[in-house]
Amino acid sequence: MTSAPTPPASATPAAAGRAPSPELAIRLRAVEKTFGKGESAVRALRGVDLDVPAGALTMLVGPSGCGKTTLISILAGLLARDAGELAVFGQDLGALRRDRLSAWRRDNVGFIFQQFNLVPQLTVAENVSVPLVLKGESVGAAVRKANDILATLGLEGRGSSAPLKLSGGQQQRVAIARALIHEPRLLVCDEPTSALDAELGRRVMGFIRDRSRSPDRAVVVVTHDDRIFHLADTIAHMDDGLVRSIERRTPQHESKSPA
Amino acid sequence: MYRYAIKMLFGDNAKFYGILLGLGFASLLIAQQASIFVGLMSRTFAFIGDVGHVDIWVFDPTQSYVDEPKPLRTTALERVRGVTGVAWAAPLYKGLLVATLPDGKRQLCNVVGIDDDTLAAGPGRIVEGSVADLRQPDAVMVQVGSSQQNMMFPAELAPGALPAPGQFIDPKGPKRPVQIGDIVELNERRARVVGLVRCPETFTPGPTIYTVYSRALTYAPPARRVMSAVLVKANEGVDPAELCERITEQTGYAALQPWDYSMRTLGYWMGETGIPINFGIAIALGFFVGVAIAGQMFYNFTLDNLRYFGAFKAMGASSRMLLGMVALQALVAGVLGLGLGLGAVSAFGLNAAGGKLAFKMLWQIPFIAAGAVLVICVLASVISMWKVVRLDPADVFKGA
Repeated sequence: MTSAPTPPASATPAAAGRAPSPELAIRLRAVEKTFGKGESAVRALRGVDLDVPAGALTMLVGPSGCGKTTLISILAGLLARDAGELAVFGQDLGALRRDRLSAWRRDNVGFIFQQFNLVPQLTVAENVSVPLVLKGESVGAAVRKANDILATLGLEGRGSSAPLKLSGGQQQRVAIARALIHEPRLLVCDEPTSALDAELGRRVMGFIRDRSRSPDRAVVVVTHDDRIFHLADTIAHMDDGLVRSIERRTPQHESKSPA
Repeated sequence: MYRYAIKMLFGDNAKFYGILLGLGFASLLIAQQASIFVGLMSRTFAFIGDVGHVDIWVFDPTQSYVDEPKPLRTTALERVRGVTGVAWAAPLYKGLLVATLPDGKRQLCNVVGIDDDTLAAGPGRIVEGSVADLRQPDAVMVQVGSSQQNMMFPAELAPGALPAPGQFIDPKGPKRPVQIGDIVELNERRARVVGLVRCPETFTPGPTIYTVYSRALTYAPPARRVMSAVLVKANEGVDPAELCERITEQTGYAALQPWDYSMRTLGYWMGETGIPINFGIAIALGFFVGVAIAGQMFYNFTLDNLRYFGAFKAMGASSRMLLGMVALQALVAGVLGLGLGLGAVSAFGLNAAGGKLAFKMLWQIPFIAAGAVLVICVLASVISMWKVVRLDPADVFKGA
């Protein structure tokens, strides 16, 4: 990394109580999460403060067990926090009931899972169409749109294939297509390059970063893969349930980063 | 999403066919065993239904079922005839006797003796001959087309012919079905076949032989009481149920309408024998096999797909939608499995029709099988649904 880490999040102006910037996609303050009770309780998040800018790609990095997965689960509305504040594009997720939260996720969040989670019994296009079908679109129309987005990802004509017949990289692109087809405001990616070689990983991340370049969108990526750190606009370093430091990266840094 | 749920079900070939097989086998076993049980039980009272034009059966009150011989006194007939409302009353003999065929083979037969004068309660379906022919000397009418034991004669003997003195007839030689003119011995008395009849299959083995009452008594072993029952026709306008009560009140005998007598007979076999328990065990086995195989398979199918359900949940599918998907998968598997099983049972039934196997699929049986399959599917899907409802969408990030 060529950029110097910023001070710990707790020392940033945002953490000191500054009003949220209008460009912020996600704002977390003193977010805590504990799993289990009593002596076996595990404090996964111990008061996380984090501002995720809109129109940018933010990476969460850190050692295993530092709370990255818990943090993206909370900011994607999959997991409830125990304490603290959380607003995603101005929406306090804690204020939503379970069914409204599901609907919010359906409309606003795209997921790219580490394991892809492509349903093997469905075709590639059907897998990609799921978010649209969940939003009430007809299967036929959703599959047509799925084929269109697959074409933009270089998978033209593969819509009727079985996912398991594709290579790992192709499956990852299918997962990306599924995450983007409904044009979510927030894209959450869990180790999106773990199954890809370096070149393909860079291409996939480049595509994902391009999708973040809009003021009403944001991309959050959990990764261990330092080969793609240079593509981030912001890198939040986590350790022991806290965001220890934040790197705000500039285009210059980007250009200096190793390819 | 429901369309995708079906595709997920059909797409997992191994589990889908496993589930179908389990449900199909369960419904097959349930419906088949139930049909055989009903077929067997209906044979216990088939004779009662075959006796037409009779309003009331009068019999010994200690008699539990129609094949149980507890003969009445001869005076019973006149006593019944004396009851107000009785149009006519006829004696009936019914007993198991051994017939000796020309080749020396002995065969157990159901001998039915009907009223000499009126020939009431005669055979329902006559294949050849006439009931009136029973008035001829030594005349009997013999059942043909039975699935159990037909009366077979040596092929080398023409109808009416007996072996010449010293002629050896191989009991294992070629046979032919009984024909008019054939002669048999019943309790060392000659009986000549004058007609062929069809009768419903009964619980007791062997062909049914009809003759007149007086002749039946000559075939039967000597006994003080020989009348098996008195058959009664009620006067026009007389309620048979009331007449039954009156007969019982005035004679002390049991008097029941045919359906009630059938149910009494059925009740005996249901209550006093182990048959229902045996079939019940087989049916229960079918149910539990269904639960064990199909339930387990379906549960495993859901478990295998749990990560995808988790992904759907993360993507915004509500728990209600996911439950609907699981329920639909269970329903489709259930309907197909049931169809497979009932189809196999129907084929089995068609194949068994007219054979020795008692098989009677009442319209209720498919519904019972459907109910059982539904319970299996509900059990399997409820357990699966529990996993889906409890599924934490955040688990998809843990590789769940």
